Amino acid sequence: MNTALKPPNWINSSSLLSAGIVICALAALVTPAFDTGASLFADLPLTLVLLLLAALALVFVLKAAPGAGFLNGPARGTALLDAALGLAILCAAGLLIPLAHQNVGEATGGFWAVVVALWLSAWLFVERIASLQMKDPSLARAVNFAIPVAFGATLLLLWELIVTGAGVPKVLLPAPSEIWLRMTNSVPILWADFQQTFLKAVLIGYALGCGSAFITAIAIDRVPFLRRGLLPVGNLVSALPIIGVAPIMVMWFGFDWPSKAAVVIIMTFFPMLVNTVSGLAASEAMQRDLMRTYASNYWQTLIKLRLPMAMPFIFNALKINSTLALIGAIVAEFFGTPIVGMGFRISTEVGRMNVDMVWAEIAVAALAGSLFYGAIALLERAVTFWHPSIRG
Amino acid sequence: MTDTALSPQRAGTNPFAGLMAGTAGPVAVVVLAIIAIWYMAAVALNTPFQRDVYQRGNQADVPFTQLIADTLAQDRPVLPAPHQVLTEIYETTFEKKITSKRSLIYHSGITLSSTLLGFLIGTSLGILLAIGIVHSRVLDKSLMPWVISSQTIPILAIAPMIIVVLNAVGISGLLPKAMISTYLSFFPVTVGMVKGLRSPKVIHMDLMHTYSATRIQAFWKLRLPYAVPYLFTSMKIGMAASLVGAIVGELPTGAVAGLGARLLAGSYYGQTVQIWSALLMAAFLAGSLVALIGVFEKVTLKRMGMAR
Repeated sequence: MNTALKPPNWINSSSLLSAGIVICALAALVTPAFDTGASLFADLPLTLVLLLLAALALVFVLKAAPGAGFLNGPARGTALLDAALGLAILCAAGLLIPLAHQNVGEATGGFWAVVVALWLSAWLFVERIASLQMKDPSLARAVNFAIPVAFGATLLLLWELIVTGAGVPKVLLPAPSEIWLRMTNSVPILWADFQQTFLKAVLIGYALGCGSAFITAIAIDRVPFLRRGLLPVGNLVSALPIIGVAPIMVMWFGFDWPSKAAVVIIMTFFPMLVNTVSGLAASEAMQRDLMRTYASNYWQTLIKLRLPMAMPFIFNALKINSTLALIGAIVAEFFGTPIVGMGFRISTEVGRMNVDMVWAEIAVAALAGSLFYGAIALLERAVTFWHPSIRG
Repeated sequence: MTDTALSPQRAGTNPFAGLMAGTAGPVAVVVLAIIAIWYMAAVALNTPFQRDVYQRGNQADVPFTQLIADTLAQDRPVLPAPHQVLTEIYETTFEKKITSKRSLIYHSGITLSSTLLGFLIGTSLGILLAIGIVHSRVLDKSLMPWVISSQTIPILAIAPMIIVVLNAVGISGLLPKAMISTYLSFFPVTVGMVKGLRSPKVIHMDLMHTYSATRIQAFWKLRLPYAVPYLFTSMKIGMAASLVGAIVGELPTGAVAGLGARLLAGSYYGQTVQIWSALLMAAFLAGSLVALIGVFEKVTLKRMGMAR
């Protein structure tokens, strides 16, 4: 690329975003926000917050402009600006959401301009904190945690504002606030479903599936012939749509949770088997020779050398299986259940067009899945503390 | 290990040792063992019902061979024997017209088309997103954690809602199912491609710098070639996932067409042979799709000079 064609240094994404914010915020103040003709000027606090946002954005543009060295104060000053930006976004969101709920589906140009301004400011904010260089490692970790949280919160905010502002029918996509309301209102139902699907089918099936696969893997490992024969077959089966056995299991074991646990066992068995077998082969010949010079027998070598070396592989399978187990149990419930369970609730409430209940159930499933995965990841850190990927 | 030290010696005494030393021999034995276990399980599971039939027909002391033959030829067995399933597959693929609603090829074709459409969209989206994540610090720090944590969420649970809601808006047919496949195949590709695009070593990136290469040139000439092996690996995972997505996507529409519909219809009417044949067909589809990507991988890597 020709260097002469390169844009000047001060036109970067940050200054472009800031310019966008200024334009949108000012546009929002002069055009009517709702079909009723009401302008955002009617709401004094919101107007002030918007002006503050525009002013902050203007400062960011000027800071990037050439010959504005006087604005580039000490680092603490910029940090203060960033904090002010974050606070202004929070205030604007807090003021705008109730306003949108008062005028559902009546939003026009002015409202959308504010939404765009908020979106751009959130983007600018994320970009600002992403560029922060933290010397303190714990502070750096906090920033690295804050960025995705800010991103997720922005998505939720946009979802809420767009759905209420445009008046999207509840059947299509409920707003996050409605989903939250439904979740808090139907805790007993959600808890019963969670108990049926997660505490019974998923956990029991997961423990049995992973446990039996682990024992099978150790048995196979003693016979090299079986290892060579079963590994390719296991790899193939891992790629197959095993979830299709769900109707068969429902026929064999009835409608209640044992059939779902059976699906979970079959789904989790092969990833665990393949990973444990390849993990048991992970120790090096030199290390095994050392164990032999210690005159350790098969079991001592297994417990003191080969199982610890296999742990990263085993935990990999346990993590993959935590998601598979939940999917297996929920999908198996589509084929027949008693009148409780997450999969049952999802399929029936979809039929009754109670989409907010479905979303609540999905939120519970997502939370349960993430916590399950997180618990296994924590256990992994404790068990494989010696592994380079954990030691860092 | 002791077995590696002993194996050459064993090869001298055992004439079959050469046959069993590779992978093909053991795999064949394992597959045969699975089929044998399947037959035994079929006999064991179907016996109670068969004894019931004999009792009702007042047939005392039926010979054992007769019992086995009868258990393997039931109309709606608890576990159909492999040959029953294969006969059903043969009858519904070769002896039915492709346009017929009872043809398994017709149903497989429907599932296959939404799988492939979803896979294509998902893979392209995944690649684009990975390129964005690799080149933008903000996207990397804000989006990547969500991409990773989204893998811990049972996404498949959304499938019925997507289908029904899109149906309510008037979008039906191929696209909603393809969307679920897209969703499932998109994450492995993104994660794999981000890893692949970052895999060039620092020294190679520095070399591109000394050539005064732009980011675009470095992308086409260094990053992308490096990412190709990762792309194929994640495409295999994505393909398997998108077939699962297409099958599950066919469940809530009320069993109209597709392999998922065959599964559901079979479970409604107790047609176990039909369920098993749909299941085997799905397994065959998944296996051949993944193998097809494997062939592409081999050819591409060979032409790029990266074959191992």
